[in-house]
Amino acid sequence: MKILTDLWAFLIFPGFVFMAVLGMLVSWIDRKVTARVQYRVGPPLLQPLWDLLKLLGKETVVPRGASRLAFFGAPLIGLAGAVFVGTMVGVAMFFGEGFYGDLIVAIYMLVLPSLAIIMGGIASKNPLASVGASREMKLIVGYELPFILALLVPVIQSGGQLRLTGLLEHQYANGSFAASISGVIALVVVILCMQAKMGLVPFDQAEAETELTGGALIEYSGPALAIYKLTKMLMFYAVPMFVVAVLWGGFGGLTAWGIALGVVKYLVLVVLMTLIRNTNPRLRIEHAVKFFWGVVSVLAVCSVVLAAIGTYLGIEWM
Amino acid sequence: MSNNTPPKTRSVIPIGPFHPLQEEPELFRLHVEGETVVDVDVEIGWNHRGIEKLAEDRTWDQVTFLIERICGICSTSHPIAYVQAVEDCCGGVDVPERALYIRTVIAELERLHSHLLWTGLAGHFLGYNTIFMWGWKYREPVLDICEELTGNRNHYAMIKPGGVRRDLDPSLFPSVHKRLDELKKQVELLIGAVTDDPVLHARLKGIGVLTKEDAIDYCALGPVSRASGVPADVRRNHPYAAYDRVDWDVITAEKGDVYDKTIVRLLECLESIKIIHQCLDNMPEGEIDAKIEEVPPGEGIGHGEAPRGETIHYVRSDGTNSPIRHKVRAPTYMNLPTCKATVIGESITDATIILAAIDPCYCCTERTAAIDAGSKKTIMTGKDLIRLSQEKTLRLRKELGL
Repeated sequence: MKILTDLWAFLIFPGFVFMAVLGMLVSWIDRKVTARVQYRVGPPLLQPLWDLLKLLGKETVVPRGASRLAFFGAPLIGLAGAVFVGTMVGVAMFFGEGFYGDLIVAIYMLVLPSLAIIMGGIASKNPLASVGASREMKLIVGYELPFILALLVPVIQSGGQLRLTGLLEHQYANGSFAASISGVIALVVVILCMQAKMGLVPFDQAEAETELTGGALIEYSGPALAIYKLTKMLMFYAVPMFVVAVLWGGFGGLTAWGIALGVVKYLVLVVLMTLIRNTNPRLRIEHAVKFFWGVVSVLAVCSVVLAAIGTYLGIEWM
Repeated sequence: MSNNTPPKTRSVIPIGPFHPLQEEPELFRLHVEGETVVDVDVEIGWNHRGIEKLAEDRTWDQVTFLIERICGICSTSHPIAYVQAVEDCCGGVDVPERALYIRTVIAELERLHSHLLWTGLAGHFLGYNTIFMWGWKYREPVLDICEELTGNRNHYAMIKPGGVRRDLDPSLFPSVHKRLDELKKQVELLIGAVTDDPVLHARLKGIGVLTKEDAIDYCALGPVSRASGVPADVRRNHPYAAYDRVDWDVITAEKGDVYDKTIVRLLECLESIKIIHQCLDNMPEGEIDAKIEEVPPGEGIGHGEAPRGETIHYVRSDGTNSPIRHKVRAPTYMNLPTCKATVIGESITDATIILAAIDPCYCCTERTAAIDAGSKKTIMTGKDLIRLSQEKTLRLRKELGL
């Protein structure tokens, strides 16, 4: 029976199907908000679904000399990573279940979609894709350091909790981590890293439509491309949800009000990401890396130090 | 340039012939080491239509319509330069004052919408699609004004040798003034968006620098040269139409980077609005056409400041009713080679916006000639090319079994 409930969790709720529906809805919100910012009308509600279905029906072209295994394996690995992390966050938030150290596993899993882009880009044997892949690598190297540093803040504040459920329970009992100074700084850092993780402007150097014509994804078509797009939609669910759970108080209890509040926080993050991507040009890759290793890392270190001092001295607002 | 196989550490990144960056087909081969551009080859010729040759088959009047179609954006600059060449060939025609003012109004409206178009595209190239959409939205009222005044959004068909084809209706002027005032606010908003955005500064400042010396050596034209501190503007240097009768400034900047090119274009929009206001206010009454009867044998040259720089037209007449030679030199022809000075040494990321910063217009620039490099003799004539083209069509039809 355990296997059945696990399968249900991975495939239906709160896993793949639930994530896909929500991801499509959220990517529609992203596109609609973008359109309104740009004085456009925007797509109808089901457009993300039609886009995917259309791609699924298209021919798949494998470039000559490409490694087929890596070329088709990469999108699946990315998808698996996104589903896994989404399920873990969902299970922790909805059912209060998890295992020791699942926070660390989630951080690993969050990198998988980016690794998939690198793998697919290199496998497709296209110079533009290689450039895209190398940019994605630099970007990961850039944002992972401040991202992990910022995620240390809740761990420190909760006295060494490495379980998502533990972090959530600590917040239900003592209030959200983002209510302290270190928590706010960590949240800002994580939002910036999230933007890069999702490959949104100003950190979309790996795809860079007008420079690299799609970069790492340039050779992908048909179902393989659809899987990449789907992965991105799932990440649109998983990443902000993860941030809400770890740093921003989760649902605030499994009541109707609590869930509504959680959804509002989640939507705030999504709209914030959309607005950032619509009010900025794309950064140069070296600027992006400098940005993350400079300002953002300094902020992250500050937040960790503040959290440590605050926890040691028992000062809650720090 | 370098047709040999590139060394192993180098790879070639093609931009084009069909690439989302460019609105027209052309091919840049960027030779890169890592992400640094070490050389660039430009290959044009994907858009050749033989306009100069076609002009020889048309009457003096018909050519005006033909050369409007050289380019959808500069569809008044080319005709103005052409009719001035014809007027020059006639030994200097006394074009009525009102016609000169009307030419100025249309030419400046064209500059306005062209610069706004470029601003939008530049935003798009940087991944800043909001600027793209806003720039093009602000461009829309300009096209509406063009349509109300001339009947068309592009290809206005207003210019003819000796004057203009249609008069402007003065009852429309107040609403034009009003919308230009609104546009001025919007352009100022765009200028604010560019000058206040630190991320844009980081992307645009100090990249693709065309020094003043290079600008002069490469004979850069228009906003490209003005951004490098060379105040080259035929509207001021060799005034035509009504440019010497109105008050306006030549906008220049000093550094010659992409940021300066952007700012020069945006500030020129404000100057254009200023010029249009004055022309509409001071437009004299009277005839609009000098009614040229015939073009005597001889040759003439005319120029105009297109949004991208100076365009020069040369015509030769043998006294019949069509030119026996018509030569066009579009501004991109001079601005394109500056990429050698600006792109090399920059990263691929910046190469795209640098290439786009000259506001290239390839359909204006396309030429073809087959010349033997040794003897400098022309290998193929127009007739040969037509024969080649027909043979290819026949071959393709055979292959496809048609």
